[in-house]
Amino acid sequence: MPDYNEFLDRTFKILKPFTKQGVILNKDSELVTELGLTSLQVMELIEQLEDHFDISIPLNILPDIRTVHDLAAQLDKLDH
Amino acid sequence: MSLFDKFQPLIDIRGELEGVGVMPFGAVTEKLLSPTEAIVNGQRVILAGTNNYLGLTFEPECIQAGQQALAEQGTGTTGSRMANGTFAAHVALEQELAAFFAKQQCIVFSTGYAATMGMAATLAGPGDVIVLDADSHASLYDGVRLSGAEVVRFKHNDAADLEKRLRRLGARTANTLIIVEGMYSMLGDQAPLADIAALKKHYGGLLLVDEAHSLGMLGEHGRGVAEAAGVEEDVDFTVGTFSKSLGAIGGYCVSNHAELAAIRFAIRSYIFTASPSPSVIASTRVALRLMQERPELRTRLWDNARRLYDGLQALGFKVSPQASPVVAVTIEDRDRAIACWSQLLHRGAYVNLVMPPASPSTDSLLRCSVSAAHSHEQIDRIIEAFAGLDTEHTAAAN
Repeated sequence: MPDYNEFLDRTFKILKPFTKQGVILNKDSELVTELGLTSLQVMELIEQLEDHFDISIPLNILPDIRTVHDLAAQLDKLDH
Repeated sequence: MSLFDKFQPLIDIRGELEGVGVMPFGAVTEKLLSPTEAIVNGQRVILAGTNNYLGLTFEPECIQAGQQALAEQGTGTTGSRMANGTFAAHVALEQELAAFFAKQQCIVFSTGYAATMGMAATLAGPGDVIVLDADSHASLYDGVRLSGAEVVRFKHNDAADLEKRLRRLGARTANTLIIVEGMYSMLGDQAPLADIAALKKHYGGLLLVDEAHSLGMLGEHGRGVAEAAGVEEDVDFTVGTFSKSLGAIGGYCVSNHAELAAIRFAIRSYIFTASPSPSVIASTRVALRLMQERPELRTRLWDNARRLYDGLQALGFKVSPQASPVVAVTIEDRDRAIACWSQLLHRGAYVNLVMPPASPSTDSLLRCSVSAAHSHEQIDRIIEAFAGLDTEHTAAAN
């Protein structure tokens, strides 16, 4: 069962190619306002996490996610 | 900070379009000349983006029925189906739709949006799960958000991905609603319904199929993709619209589940809105009959669809993955797509411009929809309009 840190590490790995030069990625980075992810890119991030961990991520959690930390914490809370 | 801040991206795009003198969203149809020709934004054009698949909007019998209903029943029902808004014709249309689909139950809604959104919002609730195709229509997304159910997407038209989702749910599949469309509105591609129905049978749950774009188009009787795939028995709920093949406005849900008779009283988009106007119901009933009496309309529609698809493909455009009455041309660059849309209008063809996030990817689309009422000559003129496009430059042509 993956834990918070594994979700965080994988999210960082997936986000790296999306991150513009000069932007420092950390767990407090905001996905949309800071990293500039479009709604399609957010869905791509979700799909990659789903495929990697063999989980389904409900859309319902998205409104509560602003930062990388929020995402990892929400995934950690899911009942896998 | 203000309430308007979140609209800034829309305000910016609108400003950009105004800057180049193009407004593709809300182009004004000033005069209709026929089901397939009109004056739009001052240009005489062939209508190649109307979803008027069977071309029935000016059918004399439909118009006459609408006029008679106006004269005999008035301009509107002024009430909900639950109150004063159920007229004999609403009940008759429900019976005729149920007979057409060979189902026991039918509900008629005021719009297609109310039908799809309302069913998606009502069938599953808190504690249930909805698994829907990622490219589902906005009305379905709106519905599932309202439902309170746990919502999971699967990759568009990917039955293997759907299976993964169902497998992960385990015993919860008993409380799961699977939502797909028969034919997808943006690219005209069809769902692999035989595979999806087999998965539903294996894992459990219920299956809802939105056949908005496939009614009158596919299957022996024109009932849609499920009929063409031979899996109608496995589809629990079929929803759709009168605003495309039937040339009016309104929506429906048909099912063999007896529970639908009671579920009707739980659907807020059915209860808290006025019922369809009598003239709309009257023309829809005639159109539904004509659609069954004239299978040649379907033949002509597909003949035209293949002619346009092959013609645009031969010109080297990146077209939809499969030929259908929806033929979408992908233009990667958004500004170029806007310019091409404007050029097409000036060259005599009205198509739909679709930009992200309404398009399924980061690309933009020039979306054409074909009608049985198009002549071959009109289809060829649409192709000619595309052939002359300046796809190299992004400045809008005016």
